[in-house]
Amino acid sequence: MRTEIRFVAFGGQGIVLAGVILGEAAIADGKNAVQTQSYGPESRGGAAKSEVIISEEGIDYPMVMEADCLVALSQPGYDRFVTEVKPGGIILVDEDLVDADDPHTVSAFYRLPFAKTADKLGNRIVTNVVVLGSVCSITEVVGKENLVKAIETNVPEKFLGLNLKAFTEGYKIGRQVLEQEGQGRK
Amino acid sequence: MKRQKASPEAESKYKPAKPFTCEDFNRVRRILGERVVFIQGDAAVSYGALLAGCRFFAGYPITPATETGEILSRLLPKVGGICIQMEDEIASVGAIIGASRAGAKSMTATSGPGFSLMQENIGYAAMTETPCVIVDVQRSGPSTGQPTEGAQGDIMQAKWGSHGDYELIALSPTTVQECLDLTIEAFNLAETYSVPVILLTDGIIGHMREKVVLPEFKDVEIIWRKEPTRPKEEFQPFFDDGTKIPEMAIFGTGYHTYITGLTHAESGYPATDSQPDHHRLVRRLCDKIRTNRERIIRVERDFPNAHTDRTTGIISYGVTSRSVYNAVKTLRREGMKIDHLRIITNWPFPEKEVAELSRRADRIVVPELNLGQVYHCVREAVAGRCDIVPLWKTGGEMHTPSEIVQAVKGTG
Amino acid sequence: MFRKAQHIREKYLEQNMWPSIFCQACGIGTVLSCALRAIDKARLDIDKTVFVSGIGCSSRLPGYIDADGLHTTHGRAITFATGIKLANPELDVIVFTGDGDLAGIGGNHFIHAARRNVDMTVICVNNYNYGMTGAQLSPTTPVGGIATTSPYGNIESPFDLTALAIGAGAPYVAKWTTVYPHETMLAMKKGIEKRSFAFIEVLTPCPIGYGRRNKLKHGKDYLLWFKKNTIGKSRYEKLTEEEKRSCEKIVIGELRNVEEPEFTAEWSKLVDEHFVE
Repeated sequence: MRTEIRFVAFGGQGIVLAGVILGEAAIADGKNAVQTQSYGPESRGGAAKSEVIISEEGIDYPMVMEADCLVALSQPGYDRFVTEVKPGGIILVDEDLVDADDPHTVSAFYRLPFAKTADKLGNRIVTNVVVLGSVCSITEVVGKENLVKAIETNVPEKFLGLNLKAFTEGYKIGRQVLEQEGQGRK
Repeated sequence: MKRQKASPEAESKYKPAKPFTCEDFNRVRRILGERVVFIQGDAAVSYGALLAGCRFFAGYPITPATETGEILSRLLPKVGGICIQMEDEIASVGAIIGASRAGAKSMTATSGPGFSLMQENIGYAAMTETPCVIVDVQRSGPSTGQPTEGAQGDIMQAKWGSHGDYELIALSPTTVQECLDLTIEAFNLAETYSVPVILLTDGIIGHMREKVVLPEFKDVEIIWRKEPTRPKEEFQPFFDDGTKIPEMAIFGTGYHTYITGLTHAESGYPATDSQPDHHRLVRRLCDKIRTNRERIIRVERDFPNAHTDRTTGIISYGVTSRSVYNAVKTLRREGMKIDHLRIITNWPFPEKEVAELSRRADRIVVPELNLGQVYHCVREAVAGRCDIVPLWKTGGEMHTPSEIVQAVKGTG
Repeated sequence: MFRKAQHIREKYLEQNMWPSIFCQACGIGTVLSCALRAIDKARLDIDKTVFVSGIGCSSRLPGYIDADGLHTTHGRAITFATGIKLANPELDVIVFTGDGDLAGIGGNHFIHAARRNVDMTVICVNNYNYGMTGAQLSPTTPVGGIATTSPYGNIESPFDLTALAIGAGAPYVAKWTTVYPHETMLAMKKGIEKRSFAFIEVLTPCPIGYGRRNKLKHGKDYLLWFKKNTIGKSRYEKLTEEEKRSCEKIVIGELRNVEEPEFTAEWSKLVDEHFVE
């Protein structure tokens, strides 16, 4: 059973790293994963897209055909890909960076304060790790422990504490939003 | 005759031409860390090279191949080797040929524009029968094209890029695991046949991350070139002992071999005025590969319909095969008979394998990320036995499985 | 002690390859003689010496020597030599090249190798034209020089190859001419013995190519021309500023000899620092 996750953002928001970390966690869970990305020449700004396919079986086609989960941190990214999500899928948008209403085409649509949470922790740069926390608690596509381990090996040591806090906050936000909806996911 | 010159550091660990042992292999494994890793295709190529015993890399930065050289810059010193950034791609191939002749397994990595620059020296490697590996991480062309987008536009160039008559070997990985495994295979083929080997990856696989399992020493074969067996006075660097593959005397071992790109006799010395010498040489260079095709060519046959009369065939290679795998599942679920031939060795071209499929197929679909390259080889091998349906896509995006499904069904 | 020519011939030459392709009064034979005497005097182990060349008349030299030789592609000899030396720093690498091979198509490789300072000795036969292909203009053809691709006289300024080498950072640079074979040989010996990128330019006659199109038809004319138009470095230094400014002679001699960290020595240190047991 293949799960397709797509992140869209501006360059510099860290979604490529988020995809890599997610993929590593899936491998550690004993599954298969493929991570791809596309971005323009700009280091900052420009459109960025990061995709992860996770499956218990071998993965043939390595790109998202129809996302199970779309995470949008930029308006243009959201606008471009909102229609390419499965009807039973989930959309997560940053409530400050993306201005959008529930399109009613998917099973769940959440507006979450990713960037705001990162700012509260002291550095917007960890937005992507907040995102990972929420993705983990909402979709349970990878195990929490392995995801934390993957974060640990992929961030600079001096920022480890900050990143772990970001993950924890993101995870909490995700749980809260599920509880609010009265949905517990297995 | 004693040298008067200050001799280099004899105790240094820097020894690219040292024989590659099990101990060296295990050192590489230790340095690479975990047995199961999640890495990019470019990285898998670097890892494969190290595991094959490569200790010399010379390259020039170019998107999307740069990562291979960057990783080797970090890792080669740890194994007593060298990664040097040369002034251009032409210099890179010159350096790897020189290094190989002096006893080090060597590699370079580039993309389209660099690959074009390398062609003269690739021809020189073929002419002088020097083992080396050239990685071309193909990107959208022609010219500067789309630097960050993958493509399959260099397949013909890999075989025909240099002037004159020569044969070499080219491989196309389809997964990141194959990027590692086929790099080891590339080195083995280079050493076995004394020939440059091209590894044709692309910008998609090069930058994609997938699970890779690193091999144990007992799981791999590491091949070294044929060393001289005859005494120095009798040794001829291009003597054909019947295998068409000459023995190779490393520079500095007292064999006094003369290697030139000019037409040469078995002695290595120029024979440019001799039609028989040239003919004999060039025929041997080509037959060396052609007559060994059974041992060189690798394909993957997914032929559930091999014993039935008619089928629909798909021929794919490289990253395109990923789309085809998914499409084939869909088509078979809908009840279609599909036989899928995946080409791993692009050169020498598996014409027998293609011909075999064409005898049972009504049509053969050939998807490529270019405007028709392997298509021409397939056409030649099919020789009119069945229809060929090309599916060409350019611009950097892979075929979607549904595009392939539609092409096969004829509804696209 | 000056070795008899016969001794050098028997010891170093590939007997099967003679007679050579060189023209009457060609200076390349002299360059070969100087080089072989230099390696003999330096007591190099011929089994550990590799000769590398590009394309051109001078690049044919490795084929005449009984030793490991690599005759490569036009302009690229230095890149192959770099690979050889880096793969096995125990080898002595000597490059034969010409003005066109080195400074035309090979210019970029020349300056980078000088900058990198990989230990090798580059001997450049400068005969002011592309001789092998029939006397075309080269990057060192003097202004006004007649060549088959400058039939009305060359209008381009030529390179000063040794100045280029010095500018690129080569620690050992010398310029001589075949009219002074002994000094040429000593300069080559010094370059070979020194653990650095060494560049020795040898102004060489090409009577059948450049020469007869430019009033230097006979070998003797050529040698006299070199004698008349060159000035030794030590003599040049003794000139007044004004004399120097008006001096039109080519300055020859050992033009640079400094100590710089050599590439393979530095790389070995780097490896020893990072090597994993």
